[in-house]
Amino acid sequence: MNTKEYIGVIGAGSFGTALANLIAENHDVLLFARRQEIVDEIISQRTNMGQIVHERVHPTISPEEVATNCRLIFPTIPSAVFYEVLLRFAPHLSPEHILIHGIKGFYFDLPEGASLDTIKTLSRKQVLTMSELIMKETTVVRVGCISGPNLAAELANHLPAGTVIASHFDEVIKVGEQALRSQRFQVFGSHDLHGVEFAGTLKNIIAIASGALTGLNLGENARALLIAKGLGELIRVGRAMGAEPQSFLGLAGIGDIIATASSTHSRNFMVGNRLAKGEKLSEIIATSVEVAEGIQTVKIVKMLADHYKVRIPIITMLHRAMFEDMSVEKGLEYLMKYPFLQDVDFI
Amino acid sequence: MSNNFHDNTQKKYPYILPNPEDWPIVKMSQRRYEFIKEVIDEGFNKCLSKFNTHDELVEEIARAVYQERIRLTQKPWKADAPDEKEYWSTVKSELIKITSQPNPPKEPSKESKALLYSMVSRYTNEIAGNFDPNIHDFAKVMVPFGFSRLLKTSVGKNFRERIDKQFSIQDRVKMVGEIDSLRALGKDNTLVMVPTHSSNLDSMLVGWAIHDIGIPPFIYGAGLNLFGIRILAYFMSRLGAYKVDRRKKNTFYLETLKTYSNLALQSGCHSIFFPGGTRSRSGALESRLKLGLLGTSMDAQYENFVTAEKEGTVAKKIIVCPSVINYHFVLEAPELIRDYLQETGKEQYLGENDKYSTSFKLLRLIFKLLTQSSKIYISYGKPMDLFGNLVDDYGNSVDKHGNEVDIKKYFMLDGELKYDQQRHEEYVKMLGENIAHSYKENCVVMSSNIVAFVAFRILIKRYKKLDLYALMLLPKEDRVIKYDEFKDAVAALRATILERNQQGKIRIASHFANRGTEPLIEHGLKHLGMYHDRLPLVKNAEGDIQVSEMKLLYFYHNRLTGFGFEAVV
Repeated sequence: MNTKEYIGVIGAGSFGTALANLIAENHDVLLFARRQEIVDEIISQRTNMGQIVHERVHPTISPEEVATNCRLIFPTIPSAVFYEVLLRFAPHLSPEHILIHGIKGFYFDLPEGASLDTIKTLSRKQVLTMSELIMKETTVVRVGCISGPNLAAELANHLPAGTVIASHFDEVIKVGEQALRSQRFQVFGSHDLHGVEFAGTLKNIIAIASGALTGLNLGENARALLIAKGLGELIRVGRAMGAEPQSFLGLAGIGDIIATASSTHSRNFMVGNRLAKGEKLSEIIATSVEVAEGIQTVKIVKMLADHYKVRIPIITMLHRAMFEDMSVEKGLEYLMKYPFLQDVDFI
Repeated sequence: MSNNFHDNTQKKYPYILPNPEDWPIVKMSQRRYEFIKEVIDEGFNKCLSKFNTHDELVEEIARAVYQERIRLTQKPWKADAPDEKEYWSTVKSELIKITSQPNPPKEPSKESKALLYSMVSRYTNEIAGNFDPNIHDFAKVMVPFGFSRLLKTSVGKNFRERIDKQFSIQDRVKMVGEIDSLRALGKDNTLVMVPTHSSNLDSMLVGWAIHDIGIPPFIYGAGLNLFGIRILAYFMSRLGAYKVDRRKKNTFYLETLKTYSNLALQSGCHSIFFPGGTRSRSGALESRLKLGLLGTSMDAQYENFVTAEKEGTVAKKIIVCPSVINYHFVLEAPELIRDYLQETGKEQYLGENDKYSTSFKLLRLIFKLLTQSSKIYISYGKPMDLFGNLVDDYGNSVDKHGNEVDIKKYFMLDGELKYDQQRHEEYVKMLGENIAHSYKENCVVMSSNIVAFVAFRILIKRYKKLDLYALMLLPKEDRVIKYDEFKDAVAALRATILERNQQGKIRIASHFANRGTEPLIEHGLKHLGMYHDRLPLVKNAEGDIQVSEMKLLYFYHNRLTGFGFEAVV
């Protein structure tokens, strides 16, 4: 195990806290939070994000403390803020560190002053996965990704689950597995780092769409139709980005979709649900406690699919419902009339 | 980016280590016998460690023997040892004795180990070069001199005028890039030069270029087939070449070869590796690198750290120096592109050939190369460590943000050095990507590249519906390009290339920088493949561009693929 005295977790959101608690069963953990209030709450009350925090989890706001005392670190911070946080960690990181991130989002490499709303097209070159960002901004090369059906609330309640750790390096997978595996947490390995990253990030789109269907009380047939056809669209987009289909058919893709597409514990599911019930997206974002990564992902994937000319009717309708003022019902109506031909044409 | 090419005739680089006794390659050759013994012992141990049981080892030996005996049924190479058949017959007999013993042991038996040792020993002795500083001295004077004699006699009508001039290879080769950094690093670090590979002449050219910039000689793996040419064999081995037989693919040979390279690097010998593995058959800059022996540099760097830790010394650093060799004319182009088209057309590739194994053919190649008046350009990219970090002139690794990087940490797990083969394989893949990136930045665009690229692109776009193979068979009258159309396309691409050059993303030859579009076209047409039987591109009577050789044009066009220039032309 590549450990010093502590294993690090960056991000004290619900998933970060649940992960820290899991690791703490076997090892001391340094949990990095951006805000002092979170650190204070953990120290004084041993709670955070509605979870009891294990006594072996030690909170800190110091990147240096984490980097100096940990060789293995799990970043779980939202993708939109990861870049800034990573830059704070970078001077203290070295090639000896192993970073296994659990972030289901992308970073965009855009020109100065540009944003997703102002640029005309988006290609793979401008979209970086979190592992690519880590390798770009730090000297860490032994990078991995943890992904799968890992709803934080269930992990916090000690319910059984499994996850996949993906890395080009066997030793990264091994070290991650040693830190996490327990009687209620099974760990699988994969070499398809980018595939798992894409699968884990893209699945949030289906979670939002599924939440919308549930919001309209459309039943299980509809959800199954969405998941099966939606998965095909994700695979087509993933393939255009260089990701192989296999990873979408494992824990990070279909596994995670099944968990998040029917659970009110999923932030992304709830975004879709509230949208279908008539709330505006801006209200939903303003009133959500934690970020739903899927919102940004829908935008990105639509732009990428346009660039690479990939057919994604479901995601296109979802995009219109979220950003172009079309109602969810209208989008659904269109989809039911759309001429789908082949059932499975993505393998 | 600087376009100032090193003008060899003006500047002389003194040797960074003036005394040959200080050269790592000389030190290695002075203890040649011990070094070979070390390689055999280490190679033997490495091979043995792959097999847990007697049966596993014997099975692998049997497989190797089988492969060798198949090889022997094919046409032998001149460089093969005369006793090959006898040796492998003896091995086979030994193997039969071993396998027919009742009650084989669990662990490898003494006899099987002895057989393994014998094979590794034979391979090592075949591989080992034999650097001779006297020959090197002779070569560095005589080879250019010898070639210049050839030059003088070939020049014909200008013979008399030129007889008094100093002719040498120096006029043919222009060098640019990080020469000063290489010289600074070459004293205390182990350099690994990774050039692009287009022609069998590359190793000699690079060897000469290294001497010209004052760095001690490098060792390099040369195809065994080339040692069939007696005069070349004599020189190459004594100039640092060791023999690589690509026909031999059994695990013991490969392990022995890697051990040779690894130990040579650990002893500080500068080495040349062609990460393309073989000459680029398509003519393109290598982008997906085979890596092969380059991987031994990772293991060697690891061992350097282990040794340093044991002895309490500072580990020697291995520095990677990508370089790009740029030719107007590759004599082997017709064979290379034919092989490439056969391969990609899914026809069977006909194995390693021995085409240049007669003295006459290869010497004719050298003669042609040196008697042409067109230049060869070598550009040296920024030196990097094995992980792609740039290094300063003191050998310190520096990350993108200017912070120093301790590369020992790449090899550590849990606070200590730990060997992990799979990890090293991943690191080598990453290194390959960094080298491919450096090749792109250091490619020197020449006039011949641009005319070939533009001509071929015009035809591709004109005949959109034809696939590549049909395009190769275009009739002559369909291969004419109007001069104005050609000129406009060249002008557009020229502007793009100049812009990229300004941004530091690519290099250009000085003849490119100094010429407008039409003079550039004239220069390019004159130099593109100039000593092939037919020039690929000529101007016809109407002043239009006639493609006379599609395959060759395709080959030379491929040089500028992968840069996104297809969006311009």
